[in-house]
Order: sequence, then C-alpha cells, then structure tokens
Amino acid sequence: MDNFQMVVLLLDATMRTSTPLILAALAGMFSERAGTINLALEGMMLGGAFSAACVAYYTDSHWLGLGAAVLTTIALSLLHGFACITHKGNQVVSGMAINILMSGLTALVGIALFSQGGKTPALDHEARFQPITLPGADAVANVPVLGSLYSELLSGHNILVYVAFLAVPASWWVLYRTRFGLRLRAVGENPGAVDTAGISVVAMRYRSVLCSGFLVGISGAYLSTAQGASFLSDMTAGKGYIALAAMVFGKWRPFPAMFACILFGFLDAAATRLQGVSVPGIGEVPVQLVQALPYILTVILLAGFIGRAVAPKSLGRPYVKER
Amino acid sequence: MSDTIQLPRWIDVGVLPLMNLMLAFLISGLVVMAIGEDPSEVVRIMLYGAFGYEEAVGYTLYYTTNFIFTGLAFAVAFHAGLFNIGVEGQAYIGGLGVTLAALYLNWLPFPVMLVVSILAAAIFGAAWAYIPAYLQARRGSHVVITTIMFNFIASSLMVYLLVNVLRPQGSMTPESAAIDENLTLPYIHNMAAWFGIDMASSPLNFSFVYAIACCVLVWLFIWHTRWGYAIRTVGANAAAATFAGIEPGRYIILAMMISGGLAGFMALNEVMGVQHRLLIDFTAGYGFVGIAVALMGRNHPFGIFLSALLFGMLYQGGAELSFEIPTITNDMVVVIQGLVILCTGALEHMFRPRVTQMYTAWRLRQRAQEAA
Repeated sequence: MDNFQMVVLLLDATMRTSTPLILAALAGMFSERAGTINLALEGMMLGGAFSAACVAYYTDSHWLGLGAAVLTTIALSLLHGFACITHKGNQVVSGMAINILMSGLTALVGIALFSQGGKTPALDHEARFQPITLPGADAVANVPVLGSLYSELLSGHNILVYVAFLAVPASWWVLYRTRFGLRLRAVGENPGAVDTAGISVVAMRYRSVLCSGFLVGISGAYLSTAQGASFLSDMTAGKGYIALAAMVFGKWRPFPAMFACILFGFLDAAATRLQGVSVPGIGEVPVQLVQALPYILTVILLAGFIGRAVAPKSLGRPYVKER
Repeated sequence: MSDTIQLPRWIDVGVLPLMNLMLAFLISGLVVMAIGEDPSEVVRIMLYGAFGYEEAVGYTLYYTTNFIFTGLAFAVAFHAGLFNIGVEGQAYIGGLGVTLAALYLNWLPFPVMLVVSILAAAIFGAAWAYIPAYLQARRGSHVVITTIMFNFIASSLMVYLLVNVLRPQGSMTPESAAIDENLTLPYIHNMAAWFGIDMASSPLNFSFVYAIACCVLVWLFIWHTRWGYAIRTVGANAAAATFAGIEPGRYIILAMMISGGLAGFMALNEVMGVQHRLLIDFTAGYGFVGIAVALMGRNHPFGIFLSALLFGMLYQGGAELSFEIPTITNDMVVVIQGLVILCTGALEHMFRPRVTQMYTAWRLRQRAQEAA
C-alpha cells in the first residue's frame, strides 16, 4: 500500500471517530452558550447508545433506535435542567451524577434484559445504519487522487456521519443568524438583560438543554448502531469528556469546535495505527501519549498558551431573579 | 417573602439531607422493582452483608477508609470554592509515590518507612493537584475542566509506567513488583492479636486509624487555623478576601494541594495496606464517590465520616448482593451512588422552600398561641 492510500485510510477513519465527538461537542455548546455547564455529555451519550441498541434490537429498525436514543437523552437533559435551572442546583454535581447514574443503570438494565454481562445482542443488517455510496463514487474511483479521495474518503459513510458534519453549519446558523440564537447567547452572557427585555431566562435555558439533548442523542445512537453493532458497557470510554474538551478547545464556537473534534478524532485513529510502529526520526511513540494528547492540548490551551478561551460570562451561575 | 424564619440548624444539616437521601433510596427501590427483584429483600441482604458478621464489618470499614480520604480531599478544595473533580487522578498518582518509595527505599525500617510512604503519597498527590491549582489561580483556567483532563492524563501516564517501567521483567500483567512484606501496613486483626484479641481477618488495616486522625486534623485545620480561615474566606467571597488582605490565588493553590495530598492517602490503604503492589486502575472510581461523600457530609469531617460509612456499607453490602442475587450486580451500587449524588448534591435545594414554608407556618402558629 502506498503512502497516499494510507493517508486516505487514516483520514477516512478520522471521519468516523470524529463524528460522535462533533455531535456531542455541538450539544455541549448549545447548553453552555446559554450558561448551563454540561458535564453530563458522557452519561447522556451512554444512555443514548444503550436505548438505541435496545430498541433497534427489538424493532429491527435503526430509525426507531435513533428516536429512542434522542428521547432518552432529551429526558436526561430535562433532568439536568430540572436540577440546574429550576432548583438552581450545582451544575457540575448534576452532570457528574448523571454520568455515574447512567454508567450503572445501562449496565444494570442491560444485564437484566439480555444477561450478557451488560452487552446487548449483536444487531443485524436492518437494525444498523449502513454505509451510503455517494452518486458517481464508483464511476470516479479509478481517477487518480481526486477520484479516490471522493470514493474512499467522502463516500461510503453512514448517514449519521454526514448529519454530524452538516450539523456544524446548521448550528452556526442557528446560533449566529436567528433570533433564537441571539437570545440563547445573550442568556449565557447577561441573563439579567434578557430578563429585562421580557424574555424568560428559564425557558431559554430549558430550550438550550433540549437542543443539547437532541444532538447528543444522535451521537449515542451512532456509537451503538452505526459505528458499532451493539452496546457495550461503558462504551463511550471518555468520549463525552473529549467532546467537552474539543468544545472548550474550539472556544465554544461551532467551526473551531469541529476542527478540534477532527484533530482529536485523528489522534484517536492514529493511536491505534501507531501501536508498536517506529516513526522515522522520532522512534517509537508511546500510544498512551497520543491518547493523552487531546487532554494535554486542552490544558495548554486553557492556560492561555494558544490564544485565549473565554467561557460564556454567566456559565455555571444559576439565574436568580431579584425580588 | 419577608416573614420567612431562618431554618434551625437541626433541620438544615439533619432533616433536609435525610429527606434527600430518602428520595435517593426510594428511587433506587423503584429501580430494583423495575428489574423484578424485591427491595425489602435487597435491603435485608445488604444490611447483613455490611454488618451481619465480623469479617463483613472489617470489609465495610476498609471501604469506608477510602471514602474518608477521598471525601476529605474533595471537601478541603470545596471550602475554597473549588470543585476538585481530579481526586481520582491525584489518588492514582499518590499510589505511584507510595509504590516508588516502597520499592526503592525498601532498606528503611518500618516506622521510618511509614512516615516516608505517608509523605510520598501526600507529595505525589499534591503535585498532581498543583498544576490545575496553579492554572486556576494564576492563568484563570477553570479547575473543573483541567482536573477532568488531569484524570485522563494520569490514567494514560500510569498505564505507560506500569507497562513499560514498573512491570517486573518476565511478568505479563501490567502491575508493579510486590512490596516487601515487612513494609506493608499491619492489618487490624493482626494488631488486635498483639493485645490478645481475636478478630476475623479482613483487609481493614492501620490506614483506617490514620483516616480517623485525618478527619480530626482536617477539622482543626479548616476551623481552627489561620490558613483554614483564609481558605474559607476565599471560598465564601474571593473579592472580600482580597479586601481583607488575603490573596485568593495563594489559598486556592494551598487548598488544592492539601486536597491532592489527602487524595493520595487513599493509596496507603489500597497499595500499602491491601494489594501490596500497584495495580492498574486501583482507584476504581473511589475518587468520584468522594464527591458524593463530601456533599452528603456537608463538607464537615464528622459528616464525611458518617457518609463514608454509609458508602462503605453500600459497597460491602452490594458485593454480598451480587453473590446472592445474580441479576443485581455491583452496578446497582453505582446506580445508588449516582442517585445519592443527584438527590443530595444537585437537587439539595428541592425540598428547602417547602420545608421553610411549613416550618414558618408552624412557628407563627406557635407564637400566636404564646401570645394568646
């Protein structure tokens, strides 16, 4: 295999690994731009993945699975909202609680339903999202460079991959070009001003966590019914936190967050290929270092060494209306 | 609402947390029913598993020891207004310190070794907490995000070290060499035997005694020293602290380092006390449970001791449970943990308005009667 082919394969894998990150990072962004910290991405993703796998297994329909995943994550985000917005509870604590709860609950219910040690049974063809061949991909496959880029890299993914990449401009448009987006961002910066304008801060924040739940549900379904073929206990393996890191790395903005997700996805894809391989000039790179790189980069960024990441001003502060 | 009356302390620190806890247990009961088991049977097995026989009590207190350390660790940072989500990673790195000391200074006599390993655990844990603390205090990066990142970095680092450096030659499992038997912490049942008391053997070891001592020390530190006062002031109102001549950054770093040190002590129990070697992921989520322990114990050492005992009970009872009822695995304990954090932490204010209202009505009626 020549080098070009290898790079294409690596980028192809990057698209698949960055998809759940992009969806979850956008989810986190919606919630945090309105002022609610969302550490619960990891747990919501896990819950979504589990419901998708269960429902897809019983109904043999990946679309119903996706619907179940989205309903689950929306329910969880409402719970998060109930604690953080209605009862002004601590947002970090609520997020951690949902993560721990879902890590236990998915395994427990999985064992009760299928008795396979927390796994769900393998899904067959209809129950999974299948790769789509883009029009003309086969025809141009033999064209050098561009043809193989189109047929190998862009074509042949399942629909959720395309959804994730399209969700980025869509989110950008919603956040920066609609009235809803303006209000959402305003609630995260200066809720008092929004309240003065006669818009309910609570309602806006609930809407933002609903958007968040919707998006993270898709990423959960992707893990268990598109990328994988069943649910495994703790299958998110920190992806929710990586997405959170990517969101911070992208400074709470859609396109930079997407690039961060692609970078982190690339590191993930590269890590599996680098195992035991000696890189010319550097020697053998420890896989653990590549795995830790997203976190290290995020810390360095947060420390202000790569530009400045400024969080929404009222992030983490419950809104208390003056009496 | 000008006619509200301040809730008395016994409601604030007693009744309200209990109501939240009851809610968590109620939902847990519903979960048990949902998967088709009998909640009362589950409670009976758990109580028996935790306290029913001598060995069980030992195990319960052994788990309690871990939770005391991680709970205290979280609480100290919390008094400075910081969320130290990184207790897990700090405990993990603390384990590295303890192991290195025990493996490379193994010629030291035991009493010296004891002090050295306590110091090693504290220094390594504190060092791992220092970086996020420094970044929060001096560069304004949020400690929640950085400590989460540091947990993952710690985990990668330890896998690397265990696989490539600490693993003895010829061994396939990624764990360190065994610690010399003369240097490990004595078990409580062995200590009891010195005084001629016969006790069932359990993993409960000397570190439990040390954990209790730490409770007292943390209490003295937070409420009876100048530094503790400064830390609480920074946590309550950083602007006021600055005005009073307390530089918040210094005390943020101090609180985080003490927090990391306390987290590191968990390794004393696990590495020096029970496993006698460094295992991969030996922290097993105890650091995260520490959040629940501290929140339930209202960040007071005595409260932390009580809630650590409750979680110790849940862990040991849960282990018994998975023996008795195969459909209920240890994951049930994780669910209960999550619910306890949710109800006592995130939803802690849920009952307050209602309870305040009821209490106010009752007091007003009482006053009216007194007047009549």
